[in-house]
Amino acid sequence: MDWLQQLINGISLGSIYALIALGYTMVYGIIKLINFAHGDVFMVGAFIGFYAIKGWGLSFLPALIISMAFCAVFGVLIERIAYKRLRNATRIAALITAIGMSLLIEYGMIYIRGAQPEAYPADVLPNKAINFLGVHINSQSLFILLTSIILMIILQFIVQRTKMGKAMRAVSLDMDAARLMGISVDKTISFTFAIGSALAGAAGVVFGVYYTKIEPLMGVIPGLKAFVAAVLGGIGSIPGAMVGGIFLGVIESIVSAAGFSLWRDAAAFVILILILIFRPSGIFGKNTREKV
Amino acid sequence: MLKVNDINVFYGNIQALKGISLEVKEGEIVTLIGANGAGKSTLLKTLSGLQKPKSGTIEYLGETISTKAPQAIVKAGISHVPEGRRVFSNMSVEENLELGAFTRKDTSGIRKDMEKVYDLFPRLLERRKQLSGTLSGGEQQMLAMGRAIMAKPKLLLLDEPSMGLAPLIVKQIFNIIEQINKEGTTVLLVEQNANMALSVADRAYVIETGRIQISGTAAELQASEEIKKAYLGGH
Ligand SMILES: Nc1ncnc2c1ncn2[C@@H]1O[C@H](COP(=O)(O)OP(=O)(O)OP(=O)(O)O)[C@@H](O)[C@H]1O
Ligand SMILES: [Mg+2]
Repeated sequence: MDWLQQLINGISLGSIYALIALGYTMVYGIIKLINFAHGDVFMVGAFIGFYAIKGWGLSFLPALIISMAFCAVFGVLIERIAYKRLRNATRIAALITAIGMSLLIEYGMIYIRGAQPEAYPADVLPNKAINFLGVHINSQSLFILLTSIILMIILQFIVQRTKMGKAMRAVSLDMDAARLMGISVDKTISFTFAIGSALAGAAGVVFGVYYTKIEPLMGVIPGLKAFVAAVLGGIGSIPGAMVGGIFLGVIESIVSAAGFSLWRDAAAFVILILILIFRPSGIFGKNTREKV
Repeated sequence: MLKVNDINVFYGNIQALKGISLEVKEGEIVTLIGANGAGKSTLLKTLSGLQKPKSGTIEYLGETISTKAPQAIVKAGISHVPEGRRVFSNMSVEENLELGAFTRKDTSGIRKDMEKVYDLFPRLLERRKQLSGTLSGGEQQMLAMGRAIMAKPKLLLLDEPSMGLAPLIVKQIFNIIEQINKEGTTVLLVEQNANMALSVADRAYVIETGRIQISGTAAELQASEEIKKAYLGGH
């Protein structure tokens, strides 16, 4: 019986999607932009983690923190350079810019270091089978799950309890009213990009440790799936991104476990189509039409 | 305290304010009345920095603020209660009040002012943890005003606080405006309810299609035939 292992695998994978989906959803919540470059921030995070572990011989936690910090700055730069001046532009212009940004990061990375993949060192996290009620569970999946949960708890704390978190919610609810409170909208948007990108960076490191292979185009598929997860949960909703990510991970594991592993990637997009048809606002989304 | 000198404000090609000048002195309640689309909200938005005048200046306590960002203007002591309340609907009453104090750092002062707001509006205290989007219109108006007070303003800009409220609530709101004013806050009050506004104001301006047409003391305007006909419903 390895269904429990499958379930835990699914939740761990789902928690990686959730970490990426959070960035999509927070950025969408605040500036109504689907940041298609977000999956590539995830990729950059994976590489930074790799260099920190392999090059500097750091262990998992410091590598995770360095990658998060780097990605936070990187995300803010992307926003400042590419998106800020488009804040009053049409949606389609912003979307095209985001796609352009995504390609720039992917091929910029290939230009800098080549397209060859890299193997994450397998011994960063203890890789043992833990016997739990007669079922074998891989300790790495537990570590990954634990890391994601801790990060999500920290995020919830920041968003719900801190001043910047409250400013973030205020700006996404009503930008002009937030200005009248003396909130700097620019700073708050940068802060949102920093947090979302840091989470993507963390997801990249965790992904690298788990799947061991990383390469410059690795962000495309997980990025798209995380986007599906964000839509599934209701784009703009933080709990929605968490639930949507984990749900998607579990579905993929079930599809694999049922012997359809070739169909795993298709599952996400089937789900996307189904939500768009039956519940476009997602699980946690409000069923209101968007204000312009 | 506040001096507006000949400002022109545009939305794209549409000119919303055409050479507006007015003045608010410390301690006064000044009201600005006018019909729909006259430019009242635009004027308040320009004062709080959400709109920039194309020409003209705004002086506040001797400083030019027409080029400053909204957060600098809030810090300087101007709070704006926008038209339609604009409370943060998915946040609790208390969180809304905390956001009102966003530019402040004096934690104990903030706590004291929050108590003061709850004293002024006991209904908000009962609903501290309630999401503000679920409040009644009157309660939302109270919250929007409380939120502005949390910034410790010297000058309070109010945009149609009576809009859509029952007469009894309007009366309460206006009593509180007078009380806030007595405690030392200068008020610039935009209203369509000219009767109520003139009854609490010291001076008044009448704005029509982006221009100040009439100005005077509240008593003068209340007595004027022209005003009675156009704004006070007297025939
Ligand atoms: N964002 C905007 N874009 C374009 N035009 C605008 C905008 N806001 C206001 N206007 C125009 O500017 C003029 C003044 O509007 P404003 O909202 O200041 O009027 P008001 O006196 O506050 O009216 P009301 O009593 O209905 O609130 C109107 O003609 C309006 O159509
Ligand atoms: Mg108005």
